[in-house]
Amino acid sequence: MLSFVARRLLIAIPTLWAIITVCFFLMRAAPGGPFDGEAPVPPEILANLRAAYHLDKPVMQQYISYIADLAHGNFGPSFKYKDFTVTELIAQGFPISAQNGLSAILLAIFIGVPFGILAALRQNSASDYSIMGVAMTGIVVPSFVMAPILILIFAIGLKDTPFQLPAGTWEGGAIKHRILPVFCLSLVYIAYLARITRASMIEALRQNYVRTARAKGLPFRQVVVRHALKTALVPVVTFLGPGIAFLLTGSMVIETIFQLPGIGRYFVQGALNRDYTLVMGVTILSASLIILMNIVVDVVYGFLDPRVRYD
Amino acid sequence: MPILDIRNLNVRFATQDGEVSAVNDVSLSVEKGECLGIVGESGSGKSQTFMAAMGLLAANGRANGEILFDGANLVGASEDAFNTVRGNRMSMIFQDPMTSLTPHMKIGRQLAEVLVHHRGASVVEARIQSLAMLKRVQIPEAERRLDMYPHELSGGLRQRVMIAMALLCSPEVIIADEPTTALDVTVQAQILDIIHDVKERLKTAVVLITHDLGVVAGLADRVAVMYAGRIVEVGDVGSIFSDPRHPYTKGLLACTPRLDDARQGIMTTIQGQPPNLQRLPSGCSFHPRCSYAAERCANERPALEIYGQGRARACFKDLKAA
Amino acid sequence: MSGINLASPHGAALTAAQDVEGRSLWQDAWRRLLANRAALASLIVLIVVALACFILPSFLPWSYEQIDWERMEANPPSIETGHYLGTDTLGRDLLARVLFGGQISLTVGLLATSVALLIGVMIGAVAGFIGGRVDQVLMRFVDLMYAVPLTFFVIILMVLFGRNFILMFLAIGCIEWLTMARIVRGQTLTLKNKEFIEAARAAGGSTSSIIARHILPNVLGVVIVYVTLTIPQVILIESFLSFLGLGIQEPMTSWGMLINEGAAEMESTPRSLLVPAGLMTLALFCFNFLGDGLRDALDPKER
Repeated sequence: MLSFVARRLLIAIPTLWAIITVCFFLMRAAPGGPFDGEAPVPPEILANLRAAYHLDKPVMQQYISYIADLAHGNFGPSFKYKDFTVTELIAQGFPISAQNGLSAILLAIFIGVPFGILAALRQNSASDYSIMGVAMTGIVVPSFVMAPILILIFAIGLKDTPFQLPAGTWEGGAIKHRILPVFCLSLVYIAYLARITRASMIEALRQNYVRTARAKGLPFRQVVVRHALKTALVPVVTFLGPGIAFLLTGSMVIETIFQLPGIGRYFVQGALNRDYTLVMGVTILSASLIILMNIVVDVVYGFLDPRVRYD
Repeated sequence: MPILDIRNLNVRFATQDGEVSAVNDVSLSVEKGECLGIVGESGSGKSQTFMAAMGLLAANGRANGEILFDGANLVGASEDAFNTVRGNRMSMIFQDPMTSLTPHMKIGRQLAEVLVHHRGASVVEARIQSLAMLKRVQIPEAERRLDMYPHELSGGLRQRVMIAMALLCSPEVIIADEPTTALDVTVQAQILDIIHDVKERLKTAVVLITHDLGVVAGLADRVAVMYAGRIVEVGDVGSIFSDPRHPYTKGLLACTPRLDDARQGIMTTIQGQPPNLQRLPSGCSFHPRCSYAAERCANERPALEIYGQGRARACFKDLKAA
Repeated sequence: MSGINLASPHGAALTAAQDVEGRSLWQDAWRRLLANRAALASLIVLIVVALACFILPSFLPWSYEQIDWERMEANPPSIETGHYLGTDTLGRDLLARVLFGGQISLTVGLLATSVALLIGVMIGAVAGFIGGRVDQVLMRFVDLMYAVPLTFFVIILMVLFGRNFILMFLAIGCIEWLTMARIVRGQTLTLKNKEFIEAARAAGGSTSSIIARHILPNVLGVVIVYVTLTIPQVILIESFLSFLGLGIQEPMTSWGMLINEGAAEMESTPRSLLVPAGLMTLALFCFNFLGDGLRDALDPKER
């Protein structure tokens, strides 16, 4: 298995390189530069700026030095936050995004999966329909609708009551300030997990070996937990892998609405400001996490199903 | 007293396209130590009859009537009540050994959990007994197999594991639902030998469900032939084969290839298709395919009539020995 | 049996359902769809919403970008002024804007899904049918694309090359085809070894004609289901981009942009958030119910 992981990591390098390259040249091919848009800059200052960011060099040379910097973990200077490097910005924002994302994903697993199982075991009953109805709501009501509504209720409607929850302030990440964003972040994932778990559990319960387990006279609980659950978790894991990667790199919407200093918001700001290095930095980070999580998913498959071979 | 006594059993499934009667008014009994063959095409209700006895009907299925196991009625019994019988006093072997074992559990654990649950055995004890049982069903290198996963075993071996699993608690009845259909011909014979051995040595009652009369011939004491959810003929194996009295049984026998048959190479078939259970023909369900059908057959359903030692059939025509 | 639900009825009932004579798969599916009340209602609501978005605006007294110079602030709903749902803070008619936004959102949904459909079905069918090296290369590429944070890419594209309508649906279509390709490939693989394909091949059919005549019609069911479920996803992505200010530009508008504007003024005029949010959510609900209904209808063993 170790060699499998090593091999996958090795394959990840060219993948990542391809992403970086495409991204880099897209940025350079774009009309307009990072210093447009503001009040017209005198040509000599512009030239100085371009020189300071090495934008005056040939593109290939820029590319090579960017890759070389990356290899040293240096994402280059931010074009907009002039006093910071992208590495510093990410180091600041990532822990916040990751903490919130992790809390949200845990919340989603602990709520979504059990409810999905429950719905599967009571297929077509009232509890199944209500769970799936709520889950469908969670999927179709986007977080940027849910968040303002929850803010309207908890931050504005319940003002001056013990149930008031702050929104739009971070205060260094006090628990109270995290409740709304984390909840909003997890809603969609709760909904998806419940639906996926239900579907895969129903499928698992339909398997011949579950019938065998029942024919053995085992209590139904044991049939579900020992014989059906592992198979049912495969699609859940498949979904969770990239899901975790996305959540860890922050939600652009939630961080924008709640004004959290995470990397999702940096990305949005960076995109709006044409802060190329920042956008590239966040994209690379996100791609690496997705690749990493997909490897983790493949390893977990092996624990869920011995038929999976690492070769 | 028969160990398993099914009386007037009906099984219905509620489907989107209306209700389907899979089993109609079936009465059967299995004596201790006896081997009963159940023969019929797919959709004849032969499997569903015994799925009902095991409490394994799909959720949209309902059973009516009586299924007396050692005198206690299982129809409408709770899941808990079934669980004291299933795998313990009555076990079942399924058709497809490739998918009937849990892929992510080692063979040893899948066997042991039966003993742990029903007999309260310790894990060590259970493992020893499981090993003994694997040897009994002639699994080579049994010790090693305990720590294997199902996918590491061939189909024939997996079916032996299924049989071993069914035997662990020395049940009074074993229901084998097409145990050899999914296997190679050479392996089929081995599996049938093992079942034969179980019946002879352990005196376990065996219900052998199959579409293949050849399988029944070597093993069963008595045979029940089912068609469209009903029993059409019952009798001891010898007389059914030598003297079939129902046109369907006769047809089935004619379709079974026999090595000693002079007409080798010419396959006889029963014309027509198995009936649609949702729209069964009026009268005798078999009449559209029956070469003896008379007008009466289309209007009236023949009852299952006893007409001799342990023999019964449901047909108006008095078929004599061919 | 307790309240558990395990399997479709094996044996008997299944055979019975299969040989219900004289009805084709599609007629059967249509009948099942009509019997599914949630799906049927969703279909009707969707048609009504679409008609309203595309036809109603021309009958309204105000257009979506017209500013009511006499009332340049948020106005309450009123029949007299012709602002049936009131106006936004700039004095623009909310109803007209919501309907026009719906036009854009639905159009992007349809166009982007068509792009995804085209790419996905082609790649999936070719990979599945030809197999071997071609399949490996194509599927590796799909795997690779899965590792790309695609929303980021759409955003980068939108920012770099101007936030316009065409780029928007092309870009979204280009990221939504992956799953379609995988599904179609899987279906094609199972179809490939069926007798009728072998027969077609034995009869000398060329690869492209077999794909067009035999494979595609048979994957249609799955594809329709997936299309119905992709449209709402695309609408969500579009609205998400617009919400962040990275989507299409003023004076055009979409549900996402309206929600963004509405969220900013929700304290004073909640309806400017709730109306577009409500309509969009309704449409998304309906697409999802319809998709689920279609899946059940085309694949009866699901129930």
